[in-house]
Amino acid sequence: MAWGGGGGPLLAAAFYACIATLLPLAAGPSPERLAAVAPGSAFLTLALASLLSLERLFERDYEDGALELLALESAPLEAVCAVKCLAQWIAAGAPLALLAPVVATALGAPLSLAWITLAAALVAGLGFAFVGGVGAALSLGARRGGLLIAVIVLPLFAPPVIFGAGAIEAFGAGLDWRPALAFLAAYGLAAVALGPLAMAAACRNALS
Amino acid sequence: MIDSLHVSDLSLTRGDRTLFSRLSFALEAGQAAVLVGANGAGKTTLLRAVAGFIRPAAGQIRLGERGVARDPDEASGGAAHFLGHQDGLRSGRPAGRELAFQAAWAGAGPGAAEAAIDALALGPLLGLEVRKLSAGQRRRVALARLLAAPRPLWLLDEPMSPLDAHWRSRVGELMSAHLAAGGMILAAVHDPLPIAAQAVEIAA
Repeated sequence: MAWGGGGGPLLAAAFYACIATLLPLAAGPSPERLAAVAPGSAFLTLALASLLSLERLFERDYEDGALELLALESAPLEAVCAVKCLAQWIAAGAPLALLAPVVATALGAPLSLAWITLAAALVAGLGFAFVGGVGAALSLGARRGGLLIAVIVLPLFAPPVIFGAGAIEAFGAGLDWRPALAFLAAYGLAAVALGPLAMAAACRNALS
Repeated sequence: MIDSLHVSDLSLTRGDRTLFSRLSFALEAGQAAVLVGANGAGKTTLLRAVAGFIRPAAGQIRLGERGVARDPDEASGGAAHFLGHQDGLRSGRPAGRELAFQAAWAGAGPGAAEAAIDALALGPLLGLEVRKLSAGQRRRVALARLLAAPRPLWLLDEPMSPLDAHWRSRVGELMSAHLAAGGMILAAVHDPLPIAAQAVEIAA
């Protein structure tokens, strides 16, 4: 499934680094204030960077007619969508997740939070990829689809941002971080289970 | 093996507009039909409906014993090739890799892709990126998957339009071979195909 790779992971990673660099410039140079919001803002910028390559997930195939080929086969379109999103997670989500602890630490979060940040970003990336895929499929055929994806998908990114940042905060405060991470994983798994159904339906709708 | 296509009392609509209604025709193994009609009459839409992408407003499309019309989720999976205006080739990738992927995706056996490459003289094109190919060359690459993975029904939308005279007659021979092997062809055309085919007039 070479076509699954949405591509552009470096671009997304560079975008992530840029926003993370801009943040201290906007919020002011006080290290205490930055450190307080570091996990949360690392996660917020992660969500934004995840949006970047979503547009290419289905749009290319739709434009060059490959989506029709994919839909014509006896292999279910749901499985194709799931594989595409999985590839998106590996190609774009994983590099971003690797960068997340770096960003959080650079913003002043203690180094002890790096592991939990990585874990939370990886799990959240799964949800970002599958929920984002639904947005990408829904916006097929629309002009300026990328903006439409952002508007559809960003509200749905609220739970992983809340639980992901929450898990990191709780870990940093010495509280029990597992419930938040479990919620995050539940969100990701629900997206994996339901997302492909919605994506396939949206693709068929775009083709008809 | 699907050996017939029956379209009965078919009506298709796009939005609020009815394209045509009560269209009926049938294809048996070894037969071809060309859809003729003015621009916008619904030739492409009919092909897409047979492929299972579009739900008809009324009527039935049956492939062999199986109904396509009422259940787009079934599509025509595994029984038909659909070749539309777009060739389904990713512009930034080498033609050879696109062809290999398409053939494998369509379920071609080992060696089948090589035979198709020979038949369409694609050898020199395989290393080039798809965007560097001309429209006719792209169409030949797209046609190769029809040969690589044999299927009973070919749904072709203006298959000849980008091809030159030599390749039109060559592809005509390949179509005849497909029909002789018990295949079926349903094609939307403006110029006549170089094969014997019944004409299906599409008009509102």
